[in-house]
Amino acid sequence: MSLSAKEKVIVKDFFAKVSSRSDEIGAEALARLIVVYPQTKSYFAHWKDLSPNGAPVRKHGITVMGGVYEAVSKIDDLAGGLLTLSELHAFMLRVDPVNFKILSHCILVVLSMMFAEEFTPQIHVAVDKFLALLALALAEKYR
Amino acid sequence: MVEWTDKERAAISDIFSKLDYDEVGQKCLSRCLIVYPWTQRYFGAFGNLYNAEAIMNNPLIAKHGTTVLRGLERALNNMDDIKNTYAELSVLHSEKLHVDPDNFKLLSDCLTIVIAAKMGTTFTPEYQASFQKFLSVVVSALGKQYH
Repeated sequence: MSLSAKEKVIVKDFFAKVSSRSDEIGAEALARLIVVYPQTKSYFAHWKDLSPNGAPVRKHGITVMGGVYEAVSKIDDLAGGLLTLSELHAFMLRVDPVNFKILSHCILVVLSMMFAEEFTPQIHVAVDKFLALLALALAEKYR
Repeated sequence: MVEWTDKERAAISDIFSKLDYDEVGQKCLSRCLIVYPWTQRYFGAFGNLYNAEAIMNNPLIAKHGTTVLRGLERALNNMDDIKNTYAELSVLHSEKLHVDPDNFKLLSDCLTIVIAAKMGTTFTPEYQASFQKFLSVVVSALGKQYH
């Protein structure tokens, strides 16, 4: 599965359109991740405050969303463009890749909530594919 | 036996009370067929599914979406025994319809996303957790009679 030229345009246009609220998207997606999938808290045991609306979670959600936007800018070569991030996740963070999938789902839910009119099925499929390819690129250096 | 807290029951009931089954059913099923096109394999007799517009305007798909939501309502009304409530439906999906059970999860993800669009910020993380727990019990019950 790869993104067609048309889908790349759809993804870039959509993320550009919602970029003014990207912090909110990231914070909300990460909050949902730890509430809906409590097992993901195991990666954040070193934080004093694991409440979904607390500062550490919101700040980290913003960081993660920054990574998503970086991936959008490198949509023509995700594996190459995300090499450093992949090494980080593979050797330092060692996040099980199954979590990329569930975070992607949380991002989609938040996009649907915040942009109900704009998040049509056609945009949904392009963004879903993009996030799946992003996850694959992130897992590139795992083994 | 699945344990439901009072908060979970309340959240799930509240969500269902806000749903127009015709609207949400049509949106959910058509979104599934568009986002996961391989699911169209089960709808060969449903007419024109050639593109997203055709799927979204297809009356047979809309009607079937309502059927799916009515099926979910049965689980809502029997939350303490979804497994047995769905025994016949599970046999139907396995023996007659031959649906790969992985597809149930795809449809349930689409339903979550359609409901998120409908409810906006009132679809809190806690509501999402309760609703996804409900859907995972439903999905598990639907797959129970496969062999």
